[in-house]
Amino acid sequence: MARIGVFICHCGENISATVDVMKVAAEAAKIPGVAHSVEYKYMCSDPGQQLVKNAIREKGLTGVVVAACSPRMHEPTFRRACAEAGLNPFLCEMANIREHCSWVHEKGDATTDKAIDIVRTLVAKVKKNKALQPIKVPVTKVAMVIGGGIAGIQASLDIANAGHQVILVEKEPSIGGHMSQLSETFPTLDCSQCILTPRMVEVAQHLNITLFSYAELESLDGFIGNFKARIRKKARSLDEKLCTGCGLCTQKCPSRRIPSEFDAGLGLRPAIYVPFPQAVPNKPVIDREHCTYYRTGKCRLCEKVCPTQAIRFDQQDEIVEADVGAVVLATGFDIKHGDFFPEYGYGKYRDVIDGLQFERLASASGPTLGEIRRPSDGRVPETVVFVACAGSRDPAKGIEYCSKICCMYTAKHAMLYKHKVHHGKPYVFYMDIRAGGKMYEEFVRRAMEEDGVQYVRGRVSRIFERGGKLVVKGVDTLLAARPLEIEADLVVLATAGIAQPGAEELAQKLHVSYDAHKFYAEAHPKLRPVETNTAGIFLAGACQAPKDIPESVAQASGAAAKVAALFSQSELVREPLIAVVDRQAPPVYSSCVGCFLCQSACPYQAIEKEEIRGRDGQLLKTVAKVNPGLCQGCGTCVAFCRTKSIDIQGFSHEQVHAEVLALLNRGERDA
Amino acid sequence: MKTGFYPGCSMKGSAREYSESLLALAREIGRELPEVPDWNCCGATAAHNLDRDLALALPARILAAAEKAGMDEVLVPCAACYSRLKVTRHELLADDSLRQRISGLVEADYRGSAGVLNIIEWLGRVPDLEKLVKKPFQRKVACYYGCLLVRPAGVVKFDRPEDPQSMDLLMKKIGADPIDWAFKTECCGAGFSVSRTDLVARLSGQILDDAVSRGAEAVVVACPMCHLNLDLRRPNIEKRAGKKFHLPVIYITQAVGMALGLKPKQLGLQRHKVSPSALLAPASAKPPAGSKSASGDSPASAPLSGSSAGAPASTASKVN
Repeated sequence: MARIGVFICHCGENISATVDVMKVAAEAAKIPGVAHSVEYKYMCSDPGQQLVKNAIREKGLTGVVVAACSPRMHEPTFRRACAEAGLNPFLCEMANIREHCSWVHEKGDATTDKAIDIVRTLVAKVKKNKALQPIKVPVTKVAMVIGGGIAGIQASLDIANAGHQVILVEKEPSIGGHMSQLSETFPTLDCSQCILTPRMVEVAQHLNITLFSYAELESLDGFIGNFKARIRKKARSLDEKLCTGCGLCTQKCPSRRIPSEFDAGLGLRPAIYVPFPQAVPNKPVIDREHCTYYRTGKCRLCEKVCPTQAIRFDQQDEIVEADVGAVVLATGFDIKHGDFFPEYGYGKYRDVIDGLQFERLASASGPTLGEIRRPSDGRVPETVVFVACAGSRDPAKGIEYCSKICCMYTAKHAMLYKHKVHHGKPYVFYMDIRAGGKMYEEFVRRAMEEDGVQYVRGRVSRIFERGGKLVVKGVDTLLAARPLEIEADLVVLATAGIAQPGAEELAQKLHVSYDAHKFYAEAHPKLRPVETNTAGIFLAGACQAPKDIPESVAQASGAAAKVAALFSQSELVREPLIAVVDRQAPPVYSSCVGCFLCQSACPYQAIEKEEIRGRDGQLLKTVAKVNPGLCQGCGTCVAFCRTKSIDIQGFSHEQVHAEVLALLNRGERDA
Repeated sequence: MKTGFYPGCSMKGSAREYSESLLALAREIGRELPEVPDWNCCGATAAHNLDRDLALALPARILAAAEKAGMDEVLVPCAACYSRLKVTRHELLADDSLRQRISGLVEADYRGSAGVLNIIEWLGRVPDLEKLVKKPFQRKVACYYGCLLVRPAGVVKFDRPEDPQSMDLLMKKIGADPIDWAFKTECCGAGFSVSRTDLVARLSGQILDDAVSRGAEAVVVACPMCHLNLDLRRPNIEKRAGKKFHLPVIYITQAVGMALGLKPKQLGLQRHKVSPSALLAPASAKPPAGSKSASGDSPASAPLSGSSAGAPASTASKVN
């Protein structure tokens, strides 16, 4: 005889404000088989859990139903509590009367009735639950970090320093990411390269880190602790082992007029190139699209000058396979390009540039060696207008969210300009100044008060060229409250921060979720900010949302700590909610007829063939068998099986059938 | 597809040449443009400043009449009328109870079946317009869209609101060279033409100034109000600016008409305050606007000499 305990949670007021929890408790007590029914304000709190534990011990419960939030939220909490009280954790079920009921309905009898129905179905189910034992799987203690910007670098170093192997995959020829392009960093104005490049070197020299630069993830299979990654090493067209990084080839290459990606198009590079002098690894790559040899079949000058004969024109992409136990996604962000604001003339006027381009102009390693000179004629601009929110917080033309970093970097840009061009006049058009962060507000005030940056609260309506000047038409909405025209020599647009191109494709390869803007979704916006909903895959940096350096680094260290915690055990415990194939005593052995439709349906290649042999070794029957390490419990095979020979543990035919019957108010019959 | 024509008041009065050139063009390319029967005022600026119901009822009555006459769409060449009709259709289709109430007011069941078309959309549909061109309009033109043709963007859903391109594309099709300039959608002063001519003089003056400085030989417009301010108010503009502008302002239909070889009289080119006669001179001889060789002695300009006294003939050379 079942003895079920029902525990109804108020969730503060989340449930009790719309559902009459007293009535639910009273009605639940009447369900046949329910031996105990109580409600409590916060069932997940320590006293709440104690209620459950005590009832199990005192009333000898054989099953528990907690009517509260989604099982995604607290199922593990209550199952752990049950286990502590000696009840098999899989005899505990969650009745979701919050997300499925109180949050989505008005207060009223119907809502309460629905909550009772939900409890009733789960009581019916839990009666059919079986005690299950967790599955143990080994953990491959190798982490793969995707993206070699500051977040990826930090995560790699932290994991490697914890004593684990790391594979760092970077799609560009060098690690460093956007941070390597920056001039100085806010709010301290220390040089970006000076703080970043030592970390890059550390990555290259760390014994626990294997760096795959100029490589991309091809595919990822498996599950937490047991992923199989295939990495495509793109052909650099040279033998990395032979190359010494002497740079002769890049000096002699005759195709020298290719816009440099690293300099955001403001500088030029040859066809065989190292993105920047401090690159890690310091090995060139041939840009086959622009290389004279690949275009015309002639040249091969780099091959002739190479002292170690390292050039390999016929090199092919190489696929590397690796077993990894965890993945950290640190693929970063991009900024909005193109003419989404045609009235600003971005892309039309050479002196209307974006923030990243200004970074290159201000950087000592940039195309102007750190002198602020405008791209069109190389003159030092006397007046510079900075436009914050160029596309951010603009649902009509850009994106609705705040890009978060622009207020700060715009203040920094204006400051750097003023420090380099003392007589220059910097203006900043802004909507609001969002300078939340340690020493951030002080930094912006310094730009205004000490460096005399003119802040204009208002938006820019149009930018056009007149007599060699860029006329910026805007409005000052504060005291003066009037239209404004500024004749500028250079305009810097703080264009919106967006997801990396290809972010969506990568997310689909990894089966991680992402939001409407293609930023990767964290498992919980507050409590699980570095985890994805896919176990074993973690997030670091701006691939999750626009972030500045300190935040990216903090998140990267957080992700690294999660990986280290995962790797601290030699075995992982997995929930046994997997498919099992029916096995019976001889002479039937199994109701499986060996059609293997399930095998073709399984997305995880988890179904194997098992030969049942007699004592004499004679083959009696070939049946399906589920590999418990690979099965994800999706249930596709169950739907495909023609003889109902496969069942999902925890969601068996019998359990689901009982739930449906209970919903149809016929639950009494099989009580 | 039956396309009706809603002239509105200006096409019958101050902008007769817009109507004349449009109808001449329609005949030339073999399009019928029957007027919407028993049409009324669109309400223009007055109604929607004073009475929301009236502002919706007037255009609704026009559109209901067009629907009743079996028209699938209505060509509205005046940008102000276009805006009123387009906004009304948008609002009534978004709110069925409002549609029913306004239908009651105008005693007609407005369904919203007839679309509203501006002049650029209508011209843009002429198949192979390039092939119909007999005299390529080889002029540097400033395409002036004004305010109402492309805005509000969410309602008209036509072209890019801040940097529209559709008229520029049309001009390229007839051989013209549209300039890249900054005042495409800036305000001309609009309805202040009557009450605050000083404002119009300043705003329209800025528009002409930019067009001239970038070498435009004509401003092309698609709105009678814009035309009135840039052309008829030219004395006010010139007085305020303290200099003369000889830049003619023509309707888009006149530009296309000239390229298709229609006669100046057919296009009403003689009706402008600022004579466009320089545009009729052979294009190949064309120097920048206002210089000597674009002189008024050219035979083609003769029929236009009757234009109003306020406009200096195109013999003028650059002032200042």
